[in-house]
Amino acid sequence: MSKIDSEISKIKFTCKDVRVAYSGKEALHGINMAIDDRGVTAFIGPSGCGKSSFLRVFNRMNDTIAGCTVTGEVYMDGQDIYAPSLDPVLLRARVGMVFQKPNPFPKSIYDNVAYGPRIHGLASNKAELDHIVEKSLQRAGLWEEVKDRLKDSGTGLSGGQQQRLVIARAIAVSPEVILMDEPASALDPIATARLEELIEELSQKYCIVIVTHSMAQAARISQRTAFFHMGDLVEYGLTTNIFTNPADPRTQDYITGRTG
Amino acid sequence: MPENNSIHASEYALKRLNKRHMRERRFKMAGLGAIFVAVFALIWLMSSILGSGYKAFYTHSMTMDIELTESLLDPQKLREPDKLRKGNFRLIIQNSLYARFPDVTDRKARRELFDIVSSSGAPNLIRQMVYQNPDLVGQTLTIKVPTSDHVDQLLKGNIDRNVKEERRKVSDRQIAWVDELIASGEIKAGFNTCFFFCADSQDAELAGIMGAFIGSLMTLFITALIAIPIGIGAAIWLDEFAPRNKLVDFIEININNLAAVPSIIFGVLGLAIFINFFGMPRSAPIVGGLVLGLRALPTVIIATRATLMAVPQSIRDGALSVGASHIQAVFHHKLPQAGPGILTGSIIAMAQALGETAPLLMVGMVAYLTEIPDGVTDPATVLPVQIFIWAGNAERAWIEKTSAAIILLLLVLFLINGFAIWLRNKLEKRW
Repeated sequence: MSKIDSEISKIKFTCKDVRVAYSGKEALHGINMAIDDRGVTAFIGPSGCGKSSFLRVFNRMNDTIAGCTVTGEVYMDGQDIYAPSLDPVLLRARVGMVFQKPNPFPKSIYDNVAYGPRIHGLASNKAELDHIVEKSLQRAGLWEEVKDRLKDSGTGLSGGQQQRLVIARAIAVSPEVILMDEPASALDPIATARLEELIEELSQKYCIVIVTHSMAQAARISQRTAFFHMGDLVEYGLTTNIFTNPADPRTQDYITGRTG
Repeated sequence: MPENNSIHASEYALKRLNKRHMRERRFKMAGLGAIFVAVFALIWLMSSILGSGYKAFYTHSMTMDIELTESLLDPQKLREPDKLRKGNFRLIIQNSLYARFPDVTDRKARRELFDIVSSSGAPNLIRQMVYQNPDLVGQTLTIKVPTSDHVDQLLKGNIDRNVKEERRKVSDRQIAWVDELIASGEIKAGFNTCFFFCADSQDAELAGIMGAFIGSLMTLFITALIAIPIGIGAAIWLDEFAPRNKLVDFIEININNLAAVPSIIFGVLGLAIFINFFGMPRSAPIVGGLVLGLRALPTVIIATRATLMAVPQSIRDGALSVGASHIQAVFHHKLPQAGPGILTGSIIAMAQALGETAPLLMVGMVAYLTEIPDGVTDPATVLPVQIFIWAGNAERAWIEKTSAAIILLLLVLFLINGFAIWLRNKLEKRW
């Protein structure tokens, strides 16, 4: 396990020997890792290295994939999130997720954001719900663009706006963690820049874990970077260290563009 | 031409290209030919059905002065409806016809004269009027009675006047009387309301499709009640909640097989289970509806699953990621998305059930019934079975009835399918 300066910030997740297998075929071979409570942790690595599978361990989205099994231990604030007593539905309210392709619901912008608070009963009346929706859209940096058309379809927005809408949807249920699975891969450079700004803002308040293909993006937005290769965590540490002084030759090869 | 060494520039390459284009043209021609044959067959079918069926929508009736002779109907002057009903109304009609043609005295001729009007339809019409209003006895009424189906067929041109008398259903004398009555305006063509509002009858001029239509509605209602909720529920379970194991695989395969099982097998099943085991009434829409419900079930399940599977997984993932439970993700997001498709599939399954004949024969819905059913346990028949019954009748008049019933069945099917398409376009809000 890589060394982490736990003095800088609290630990949010601790993983011990996490293995993910699809129909018996192991995709992640025993990951040990601790993730900081604040700031952005980036997972990088070539396609198929298991970084997305690992991301889905934290909100147990792997449970919804037929044939996928997760073993090992994952603690969130010291609590085992794979304990039988823990309900994944509640876990997912605490650990939000943003997907590779923007997936707003085919409903209005308002309903997209209000859906989470509604099912969890977070607002007791319409005014409270309106407030949550407004606040979430503001945090996601989308409010100014959509405040006059909250009744319009969420899928009618541009790709970048849709991705921010999905972030607002995740924020609306007041999660502690936001997982992002290549959130900028379907966006143009301008929308990507806008999203990166937003991630930086959000990292003040949330624990953000992001999977990215772009090493430049990881370097720009993350404080810590983990490099995965063929189902193993090769190297994990401060982003500045990883990019300027990688310890492992495989990391070196990948970030300099020789492999990947 | 400048020198070009590319393998795509040689003469041989051009030949190959031409060959490919030829193949494309041949395929297009074959497709066009297939469409042409299909359209031609459809036009032939429609024109043959419409050509013989439209005549059933009008009919001939005769306006008569009918004296409701008190001495014949109610000699004791009791005016009791139940006694009056048993009166000899046949004689009343005959008397009024003899009065119209006083010079017809010969017995055989008089019988022929009476055959101009519907021999059971005309007396029964007056019988009903008197039963409902006994005070009519003693009065003389001017009413329209249906002509016999032979006269109707003659006037519609379906019976050839030039055929020798002994080989035609209408005698020379009858033709003469009918011509006279036509000329005087006593026999007139009019809209055939009875065809739409009467139940079946032995007499072609009195037979209508209302009984079968109501029977079809009742049967379809039961079918929808069984097939749609159970079918949609089963599809959701199979698609979202079923564990992946051998048993579920087996069930899935068999649902698909069930959709291809000949429908008469479902009739045998219905006969064995609903009638023989549960003792439900024969010929009743409740049994027919249950049988057709089972028949439609696999169709509904397959259509629902297909639309559910077409909903992108990302929508479900989005719902789960904000902490929706599995069932919430399905009911809040997947089902509304699949809704229009499920609806269309269900309506198409209902349309299929409406056209189903064979399984209903097995549960006795092929009975000859002169009453419009009042409830789902009353004996009833359905439109396609009515067509089947009428098609088996020998007389000329039934041909147009059969065609007209087919027209109506097709019309109902067109309406149902049109409604399904309209509903899908309306609900399918593309976000």
